[in-house]
Amino acid sequence: MYSFEIESPTSVADAVAALGQEEAQALGGGQTLIPSLKARLASPAVLVSLKNIDEIKGVSSDGGTVTIGGGTTHATVAEEVADSYPALSALAGNIGDPAVRNRGTIGGSLANNDPSACYPAAALASGATIVTNTREIAADDYFQGMFTTALEEGEIITSVRLPVPEKAAYVKFEQPASRFALVGVFVAKFADGVRVAVTGASEEGVFRWTEAEEALSGNFSADALSGLSVPADGMIGDLHGSGEYRAHLVAVLTKRAVAAAG
Amino acid sequence: MPKDHGIGAAQKRREDVRFLTGAGRYTDDISAYGQTYCVFLRSDVAHGTINSIDTSDAEAMPGVVRIFTGKDFEGIGGLPCGWQVTDKHGEPMKEPGHPVLAQGKVRHVGDPFAAVVADSLEEARNAAEAIVYDIEELPAVVDMKAALAEGATKVHDDLSDNLCYDWHLGSDQAAIDEAFANAAHVTTLELINNRLVANPMEPRVALGEYNRANDESTLYTTSQNPHVIRLLMGAFVLGIPEHKLRVVAPDVGGGFGTKIFHYAEEAFVTFASRQINRPVKWTSTRSEAFMSDAHGRDHVTKIELALDADNNFIGLRTDTLANMGAYLSTFSSSVPTWLHGTLMAGNYKTPAIQVNVRAVFTNTVPVDAYRGAGRPEATFQLERLVDKAARELGVDPIALRRQNFIESFPYATPVAVEYDTGDYVATMDKLEEMIDRPGFEARRKESEAKGKLRGLGINCYIEACGIAPSNLVGQLGARAGLYDAATVRVNATGSISVMVGAHSHGQGHETAFPQVVAEMLGIDESMIDIVHGDSSKIPFGMGTYGSRSLAVCGSAMVRATEKIINKAKKIAGHLLEASDADIELKDGKFTVAGTDKSVAWGDVTLAAYVPHNYPLEDIEPGLEETAFYDPSNFTYPSGAYACEVEVDPETGRVTIESFAAADDFGNVVNPMIVEGQVHGGIGQGIGQALLESCIYDENGQLLSASYMDYAMPRAEDVPFYKVDHSCVTPCTHNPLGVKGCGEAGAIGSPPAVVNAVIDALASGGFNVEHIDMPVSPHRVWKAMQG
Repeated sequence: MYSFEIESPTSVADAVAALGQEEAQALGGGQTLIPSLKARLASPAVLVSLKNIDEIKGVSSDGGTVTIGGGTTHATVAEEVADSYPALSALAGNIGDPAVRNRGTIGGSLANNDPSACYPAAALASGATIVTNTREIAADDYFQGMFTTALEEGEIITSVRLPVPEKAAYVKFEQPASRFALVGVFVAKFADGVRVAVTGASEEGVFRWTEAEEALSGNFSADALSGLSVPADGMIGDLHGSGEYRAHLVAVLTKRAVAAAG
Repeated sequence: MPKDHGIGAAQKRREDVRFLTGAGRYTDDISAYGQTYCVFLRSDVAHGTINSIDTSDAEAMPGVVRIFTGKDFEGIGGLPCGWQVTDKHGEPMKEPGHPVLAQGKVRHVGDPFAAVVADSLEEARNAAEAIVYDIEELPAVVDMKAALAEGATKVHDDLSDNLCYDWHLGSDQAAIDEAFANAAHVTTLELINNRLVANPMEPRVALGEYNRANDESTLYTTSQNPHVIRLLMGAFVLGIPEHKLRVVAPDVGGGFGTKIFHYAEEAFVTFASRQINRPVKWTSTRSEAFMSDAHGRDHVTKIELALDADNNFIGLRTDTLANMGAYLSTFSSSVPTWLHGTLMAGNYKTPAIQVNVRAVFTNTVPVDAYRGAGRPEATFQLERLVDKAARELGVDPIALRRQNFIESFPYATPVAVEYDTGDYVATMDKLEEMIDRPGFEARRKESEAKGKLRGLGINCYIEACGIAPSNLVGQLGARAGLYDAATVRVNATGSISVMVGAHSHGQGHETAFPQVVAEMLGIDESMIDIVHGDSSKIPFGMGTYGSRSLAVCGSAMVRATEKIINKAKKIAGHLLEASDADIELKDGKFTVAGTDKSVAWGDVTLAAYVPHNYPLEDIEPGLEETAFYDPSNFTYPSGAYACEVEVDPETGRVTIESFAAADDFGNVVNPMIVEGQVHGGIGQGIGQALLESCIYDENGQLLSASYMDYAMPRAEDVPFYKVDHSCVTPCTHNPLGVKGCGEAGAIGSPPAVVNAVIDALASGGFNVEHIDMPVSPHRVWKAMQG
């Protein structure tokens, strides 16, 4: 780890101001950034910890929508949305291990947009709105490829609004070493249609499988997916699975997610 | 009622109190006054010429004490290999130099070529980044077959090629040819035994401390065998005589073989501390461990079994390539030869066996012993092959094994060893009793109802522990003796310190060893402590590896305790005014046989140290005895293992539903510790079978260089084990009748897992001959695609 200054503002406004400094970097739960710092792969001059900003923490539920503060940990999400959005609760409760879940935050995960992270699938499948200190961004516009988002420099995710589907499920097939998603599929059935978001598989990061969405919107059953597949082109191929394997898993897991959603 | 004292008692491990309450003292917990910190600069290319290293900017950085490069080690010995294998033409193996810091060339990713010593770790890291170097990358050889091809890039320019040795063992060519010519059926299998990284929980650490006052160096290190390190480093690398060199291996958080060896970092901190007259500490990061701890396994094998028309095994031949990596690690050369070839008979009376092994240099981290060391490789080949033969012949895999079991002992195999004892029928009977084989079809149907394929995998294993005797292994090329030693020091008030050459890094010696002495003396274990790990305190023993501690060092301890008893009886005889021949020792009391005259243990020990009423003319005062014990043979534990798996045919994911192990470890001193050892071994075997894989790309870059890509087994990956060690054929040649249990689980479990997966796939109509480990979801899925 290189030396750095650390600031811990207590308001979004102060955090934004602090992030205006040269080589400043926001620190959420630190589950990606801290290991990078330890490996000397990152060298910010100033770390701006978002940990003490109460206004970006907590979960509220209002009819058809849950709103989660960007600084809310996975463990809190798992607990707080257990009744209001069980599929999201299950997803949050199965990220990493307890240490990760009690430090890592939804805002940090969405800002990082790791191609194997779980939350991007939930946000995209739910048709979430990413709320920042300056604007609201639809999930469909937010995710722009591996580790790439619509966020501007210094922009902070203050909350995430997720419409609650009628039925939903997330099925994750874990990479054997990291236990991140080798492929993860989130299926969400709304009154006006079905959304299917896939994480872990594509070189472009999280994506919607529109062909499956169309088939499921007419008939929300695993059978509706028979014969459908995603092309292996553009799928990640690595030590743990080829592009073909990941493409195959997308179809298998989507069926399982539909079955699990009931 | 189960025994709660002495041999056979399932006593809880006394050392766990300190480990579980944070009172353990590991090497990194030790700091010395004025200590400096060391950071190694390691090669990021697999093969390259060092054109220049400019340390001038780095030397001017804050806190830097000294920067070392390979030049500082010119004229100083390289890291030695402890076993010289003679090849099949009678020539010694090729033994390239292994400098402490690379000289001229770097030969694997992670090869250290400079080291910074600074006042703090951060300053050392900063300075290491400021070293300017020019290393010209050269083509690397990674694949063993490519390394042996004509014109391949050479790992060592001064050698003729990349072949370390071409070795064979076993029956003569005519006998092998005849067996295969007469075969009614031949089963052939080509397989890979995957390269592993040991990954002990505690990474390696070394702290060198030089004392100018008496010209003594102390090395604190994460080692399994402090005396061996002292000998190798003192005599062969740094030229420090033993009386000026102390090696301490304090609490060590897991070894699994990878902490047997003498490493460059140990020699470096010892050397550097003498140069700068300050202590020097190095603590491995986990990333460094992946590229500097010796790796394990990495064999590629073709194996063939000849059977007659009645399915009797009549011949076996193997052809193995064994990866040595870029340099010969301390015991690397012995692993694919004397620890592997000698085990190829397995549990079977195959009359003709020939083992061929070619060891190959590549631009990868050195490969050496890892839990099982050669024996898992042998067992995996043989037991996969026998399973394949059963499938090809359409016979029951257990029946085929039983039919070919060795049943009379001692049994001299065609591959140089003689099994003293065993009962393979008994362990197989026990296994069948444990696994409810008749109920398997019903369980398979239940799995099918859930959309899963269920498989049952069976295998046997034989292993060899406590490698010995020294005069034989010396002829085979060992450059060390393989005895062990113990000193039993009885104190004046009767308490006992036992100084042992074995080293405990998870094995529970501090609990089990006192049980033996307590049994012999009839006193309570709480009066006995084990001292280990410090060359200045313990006799010259050879440390702990190869499941040797109880069989070899435990035997030395028994011999020393026998000497104690003999002397104590003389003292007691004097005190009781009786002949020592008439003295009996029972329950900690010396009694004149047939009388009620007795003296207590403590009376005798006090007399030894306060010899006012003492036969000084006949015996010396004091009560302390040392024994060295050199076994006459290996011990040969054996067993039968079974694994049931479910395979998800849609994803290829394998889950282990049950695992049973029936082992014959000879006599057992502490059954709870034995059970724990078997659990740990099976856990690592399952890790190898399903998860772990060390992967290099074609340029020699280590792809699985962190836990993000190197899959370790976790609690959720292993089932609750059924283990049994009630089948006992005591070892015939050591005083305790014990064998060894530390590696059995890792040796016996991988074939059971893979056999089960193949069986599961077959039940779904997938006729897959073999899947290389790790049997990952992706590999299973690919195999199912045909």
